[in-house]
Amino acid sequence: MRLRVRFAKVGKVRFTSHRDVARIWERAIRRAELPIAYSQGFTPRPKVSFGLALSTGYESDSEFIDLELEDTTANPALPDADQLDGLPATLSNALPSGMDVTAIAVIEAGAESLQQAVNSCSWDISLRDVDPDVVGAVVARILAAETIPVTRERKGKPVKDDLRPGVLDLALVRSEAGGVHLYAELGCQPRALRPSELLGAMDLRDHEGLVRRTHQWMYDGHERREPLAADGAPRVPPAGDARRRDHDHVRSTGRPDTPTIYPGEPHGFVNAGRLADG
Amino acid sequence: MDSLWTQLEPILSRVEKPARYIGCEDGMQRPIHHPSKVAWLLAYPDIYDIGLPNQGLQILYEILNERPDAVAERTYAPWVDLEAQLRLHGLPLFSVDNHLPAPAFDILAFNLSSELVYTNLLNCIDLARTPVRAEHRAAGDLLIGAGGHATYNPEPLADFVDFFVLGDGEEVVSEITEVVGAWKAAGKPSREGVLRDLAGVTGVYVPALYESRYSGAVLLGTTPRVPEAPERIEKRTVADLADWPYPKQQLVPLTEVVHDRLNVEVFRGCTRGCRFCQAGMITRPVRERPADQVRTMVQQGLRRTGYDEVALTSLSTADFSGIEQVVAQTVADPINRGQVTVALPSLRVDAFTVGLAAEIQKARRTGLTFAPEAGTWRMRQVINKLISEDDLYGAVESAFSQGWRRVKLYFLTGLPTETDADTLGITELGRNCAELGKRHSSGASVTVSVGGFVPKPFTPFQWFGQNTLTEFDRKIALLREDARRSKGVQLKWHETKASIIEGLMSRGDRRLGPVIEDVWRNGGIFQEWSEHFNYGLWIDALERAGLSLEDYVNRHRTEHETLPWDHLSAGLHKDFLWQDWRDALAEVGLPDCRWTPCYDCGACTGYGIEHVVASAVAPAGGSQGTGQDLSRGGAVPVSLGIRTSKPAVAGV
Repeated sequence: MRLRVRFAKVGKVRFTSHRDVARIWERAIRRAELPIAYSQGFTPRPKVSFGLALSTGYESDSEFIDLELEDTTANPALPDADQLDGLPATLSNALPSGMDVTAIAVIEAGAESLQQAVNSCSWDISLRDVDPDVVGAVVARILAAETIPVTRERKGKPVKDDLRPGVLDLALVRSEAGGVHLYAELGCQPRALRPSELLGAMDLRDHEGLVRRTHQWMYDGHERREPLAADGAPRVPPAGDARRRDHDHVRSTGRPDTPTIYPGEPHGFVNAGRLADG
Repeated sequence: MDSLWTQLEPILSRVEKPARYIGCEDGMQRPIHHPSKVAWLLAYPDIYDIGLPNQGLQILYEILNERPDAVAERTYAPWVDLEAQLRLHGLPLFSVDNHLPAPAFDILAFNLSSELVYTNLLNCIDLARTPVRAEHRAAGDLLIGAGGHATYNPEPLADFVDFFVLGDGEEVVSEITEVVGAWKAAGKPSREGVLRDLAGVTGVYVPALYESRYSGAVLLGTTPRVPEAPERIEKRTVADLADWPYPKQQLVPLTEVVHDRLNVEVFRGCTRGCRFCQAGMITRPVRERPADQVRTMVQQGLRRTGYDEVALTSLSTADFSGIEQVVAQTVADPINRGQVTVALPSLRVDAFTVGLAAEIQKARRTGLTFAPEAGTWRMRQVINKLISEDDLYGAVESAFSQGWRRVKLYFLTGLPTETDADTLGITELGRNCAELGKRHSSGASVTVSVGGFVPKPFTPFQWFGQNTLTEFDRKIALLREDARRSKGVQLKWHETKASIIEGLMSRGDRRLGPVIEDVWRNGGIFQEWSEHFNYGLWIDALERAGLSLEDYVNRHRTEHETLPWDHLSAGLHKDFLWQDWRDALAEVGLPDCRWTPCYDCGACTGYGIEHVVASAVAPAGGSQGTGQDLSRGGAVPVSLGIRTSKPAVAGV
């Protein structure tokens, strides 16, 4: 039986690495006494697969992990895997403060892995000590650009790359308190574009504040959906969102087959308070 | 004072491994501070990755936080990148629990387990906004304390530390809390007053209340200046480990650290009597934890932490009376689903059976580490580690036959009376073990790890002149040359210059204070890390202080010479140690006193305590001092170490 788990990572635990999170999960699964399946071989490992890595220091409302459970009849001492209702709370209790399970669903055994399935991520990027007008101009420049050439290190060698195709959406958002945020949707295939790279291309790297991944998206033709919505069901977002439509926002031209819709959330945009246009 | 978290947050984004500084471990406490409570900041003067697992610090953290009149938080040496950021932004050392600034506490207490971290201690005191020299501190400044094995010769740090604690800390921390609490309640009047009161607590040494006298370069003695200070400071010893089932909530870090597993201390102390081993000498007598309590701590600990590995820790775990049952029950517990590894660090080759090895095999396989310590039987008689070659080969043979492919062997070079034949015996043993392995697997390999021997206080070798750097390097070159010709043997060795500096402080006196301060002021921190260790800084500082490395490190001490730690007591009689030194030179072994008559070393009799051992007979296969035949019939001895991917603990 395969489970997909959605969890958040916010607060002090944002400083743990992807590798740390993997270890935290291994312990949490054992603490929750979940009948996880183990690989065969010389050093059996729990059958757990992680989604996209989240850079150390970033927060997220939208992290995923797939767990393979063992047939429990063989070991009656273990809890029944069918009883999923209490599982989010059980796992959250076994995880450190700031890591909370928000949804769990059974997925079919042959489902595409998270790393392959996710096409893009939405980000809320707060900026420090910046003039909003300057940032607005940079946003316009990025969106108008045909290409964003960069040179980056790959296996110790400099390689030329174009960031523009990965910038699916970008907008300036102001919070009530006067804070300046960017909303960005960045592509993950073939390579995940990181917010820090985008900020580098915008000459805003030194102004990076708190960065939060709000959504991961899978594209299914013209529809996009989350691997698992926060309410537990894989779902398609509604077209458009009144709260967000007013923003100074330009849709990317980098991906012609993607629909022009904003991420919808049953409980409102996660950072609604901070992001509401003032 | 308020939490520094909001000021630290932007800085942490700019440092390597920021999870070192966030706390948030399972088991972490968020104590509520109050003016009526004594606030301890427990510090480990190395990075979090090394310091977090320290059991001593975790034990005191829990005991203090259980007290209504105390709070305790933790701190670790910030790595160089964070230190630069802290200094740039004018921020002090902070606790990882509530992220409070160090000056918000009353006591900054260090755990000192090795000598090379001494400059880190100064750096932490400075980052805590406290004058590094004790004499410059005002009444309201932090009290600087230190405990741990390295404090059995505290003299090199006498200028910087207000009070040292000798021995087990479980009881004495409460007594210190009461003294400091009374002083705090009185509005922290004179600093000298509280230090005099602390000097009255058994096990506490306040160096400022003592004076060292010299005749030329020769130390005459260290004697009290005030009536409150006892002439001799006795170590503290907890009589029964069963009364102290700590840590009850072992901290589970969110980021990777060394020994990242559940640790359960099965006994404290060791009377095997290995003459190079300071830990075995100063922690006597043996106090076993009841097997039932060990089982409970293992079961509850695994369940609470989610770890898949538990280490049963002690100085020689196979000597624990209940070892086989505890291991078997842990491995067989259905809740562990066959996935829990039992790590047994510090096992002796001569005291472990194939039955236990097979039990451990049921779960995942750990790496194997054996510690013969010396390459020839003669040398092992000198150091009193009476493991025969057959013991070792039998253990290695059964390990390879059961599917292990890599075995690690630990050795010391530069031991008293060592000849080149003894040195080369190290590679010969390695070669023979590798050949045994080849019979089972073409990929079998043996790692031979060699460290330079550093004589330590309160051991029979405290009089021995340590090998010079030239001599160490010559021996390592000999071994390298020999290992090159040995297929399947991989040689690793410790930085020999670091062994010299460790030796300098191990047996140094108060005159080294300015040297340590000089090295620190010139940027010499994290000296225990090869990328930061700087031998030149130490040599230059010694020269500026007009002191001789040869005199401190390489000189043999004489029988009637005053040693810098003579006013302290680890319980051991000096004449017992001297006799044992004579026996060593005569290549005479000394059996374990748990199962033979008492030698009156002083560790029990002086304190009115005794061994707490559940078994009246030595564990199976124990050849040393047990009168047992070394050829043990059916039971093949095996020693299991910890996983090879992690830093190993040398056996004792």
